[in-house]
Amino acid sequence: MTKQFLLDGQPVPFEDGQTILEAARKAGHYIPSLCWHQDFPPHGSCKLCIVKAAGRHVSACATPAKEGWEVESNTPEMNGERRGLLQMLFVEGNHFCPSCEKSGNCELQALGYEYEMLTPRFRHFFPERPVDASHPDMLLDFNRCIFCELCVRASRDVDGKSVFALTGRGIHKHLTVNAESGRLADTNFSKDDLAARICPVGVILPKGRGFAVPIGERTFDTETIRSKTLKEEES
Amino acid sequence: MSFELETAANRESLRRVAIDPVSRVEGHGKVTLLLDNAGHVKEARLHIVEFRGFEKFIQGRPYWEVPVMVQRLCGICPVSHHLAASKALDPVVGATRITPTAEKIRRLMHYGQILQSHALHFFHLSSPDLLFGFESPVHQRNIVGVAAAYPHVAKEGVLLRKFGQEVIRVTAGKRVHGTGAIPGGVNKSVSATDRDLLRKDADQVVSWSRDAVHLARRLHESNSPLYDEFGLFRSHLFSLVRADGAMDLYDGHLRLRDARGQIVRDGLPCTDYEQHIVEEVKPWSYMKFPFIRDLGPAKGWYKVGPLARVQNCDFIPSPLAEAERQDFIARGDGEPIHAPLAYHWARMIEMLHAAEVVRDLLDDPDLLSDDRLTSGPKGREGVGIIEAPRGTLIHHYRVGEDDLISYCNLIVSTTHNNQAMNEAVRQVARRYLDGRQLTEGLLNHIEVAIRAFDPCLSCATHALGKMPLAVELVDEHGQLVDRAISGG
Ligand code: SF4
Ligand code: FES
Repeated sequence: MTKQFLLDGQPVPFEDGQTILEAARKAGHYIPSLCWHQDFPPHGSCKLCIVKAAGRHVSACATPAKEGWEVESNTPEMNGERRGLLQMLFVEGNHFCPSCEKSGNCELQALGYEYEMLTPRFRHFFPERPVDASHPDMLLDFNRCIFCELCVRASRDVDGKSVFALTGRGIHKHLTVNAESGRLADTNFSKDDLAARICPVGVILPKGRGFAVPIGERTFDTETIRSKTLKEEES
Repeated sequence: MSFELETAANRESLRRVAIDPVSRVEGHGKVTLLLDNAGHVKEARLHIVEFRGFEKFIQGRPYWEVPVMVQRLCGICPVSHHLAASKALDPVVGATRITPTAEKIRRLMHYGQILQSHALHFFHLSSPDLLFGFESPVHQRNIVGVAAAYPHVAKEGVLLRKFGQEVIRVTAGKRVHGTGAIPGGVNKSVSATDRDLLRKDADQVVSWSRDAVHLARRLHESNSPLYDEFGLFRSHLFSLVRADGAMDLYDGHLRLRDARGQIVRDGLPCTDYEQHIVEEVKPWSYMKFPFIRDLGPAKGWYKVGPLARVQNCDFIPSPLAEAERQDFIARGDGEPIHAPLAYHWARMIEMLHAAEVVRDLLDDPDLLSDDRLTSGPKGREGVGIIEAPRGTLIHHYRVGEDDLISYCNLIVSTTHNNQAMNEAVRQVARRYLDGRQLTEGLLNHIEVAIRAFDPCLSCATHALGKMPLAVELVDEHGQLVDRAISGG
């Protein structure tokens, strides 16, 4: 007999070792994520996958499902938490959607819409983060980094290059490039790397593309991040 | 072309009056007057808080982001900045010529913008003054008052503007802050559905625009002593014209006429603008004062915008607007018309031209083609000049080896008109305010003069007569003598 837990009152089957997030999505229920990627171990940094399991707040991407658990996810309380987390992510970096070329393809922005984030709520940090345009094919706009470390993991574990690293703590945390000069041009990074395609926001960008695809015809202009994620799960 | 009344001799002993903010103009402006004890005007200045920080903001950004980013410069004519930046950056992607499809879609977008902006200015911002009089009750002096007294005028104004906005939506993707133009061309063709939708209304729009020209003309002719004299000063006229001398608001070369109507500079390539235009800084104003280099600051300033363009071109390349232009020119009797209030009439002639251009472009099959982008060997510098609704708009960029903007210079229409607007303010102050008890109606005369130029004061403010006008009388010791607030 398959094991199951209850997600917002609905039974969700799971196999041993599966996380709440994996099992939920497999069963067609959406739990949001930003730093999670199916090809990598859970990272647990963005906390957007937060759910209440057996009365405790846990990260669904990192918590193995347990038989008989009652998990709350799509509730006003949890969604309110997520909205708060998104608002913090927005003020920690310099996210200026109206002129950002990633607009419409950005997962952070899409989640902002999904969770009806209408105001910044917190004071903007306006951190100083210069761009790195040294590489001939790729641009790094650190202003938008949310420290999910997907690029770090992809470059290290898949591309075998370790081009990126996170350093510093708290508000001084930032993404760096592993080169003595600190410049992307002085690494063996290539536009064909997985790390070049994996950033969920608008940090790692191919040069010259910009607004070639009109706003209105982009990924999240035509479907919500919720329906896109669930569709991908099915296929 | 004197600078009389720019700076009073004994400023400390004079009474100060401030009109702050100027209402029904786009953005934030302030007029200060210095009066002596007898109420004679000794100094009059228009101050505009110009947001120059933008150039710094753009430096260090990737070039492909700029056409979208610069739309934030101005909430009221973002399309002009969008297109000027795209034009400037075409050579950076090696597009020395863009495809016919790209150029026609950009033109369509631009003339749509001219149409909506001119309609907004005439019907919403200016018609209250022109229809009711400058000293009419302030509660009536707005578009709501116009709608009550002249319902069809207000309605046509609203629909003309809406049509222009639809043209922008179809070409730029959105009514405001679209992304249609990109360096090297455009990112989207016009769909047949959208084209047909617009074409359905295009003839009506041309005909309403023609009515609007006639309304502006009637207002002018029915009170010609006022319209011909109000705020009158003479200056050079400056704009782009097409190679054959035709009016062209999207592209061309630069031409300057003197106050008597003689062409004194012609065929200046846009890329050479820096050789010809210098911007003077004055200690009392944030906004610079451009002038033609070899004519010097005292003689070399000029007017831009509809009044300059309609008289600077040799002809308008669309029949209805050209007929109206000829009637307009005839009124000058061999001399250029310099009266600021004639801007309204000229603006409506341009709106008619824009309507005709839009209508004709809609029949062009190139709009539907997918041949949208050009590229070639990369360039490192570009100048894009466009005739924005309010006048000549210059964008100039240099791009480093790393594709980031290393230099940016923008000269906006309102800056070109800085000296001209100051001159108009002084003329009006001298003629109407001098020695008289100041009232809101009298001070509105100053605003009427400024508004004729349709200044766009950089930050986005849809005033619509709702912006409070604060008038302060301050004595020589800086003490507030009197204060009135109106315009709510
Ligand atoms: S650059 Fe992108 S992928 Fe890398 S840590 Fe920042 S947000 Fe994540
Ligand atoms: S997705 Fe679970 S913490 Fe980011």
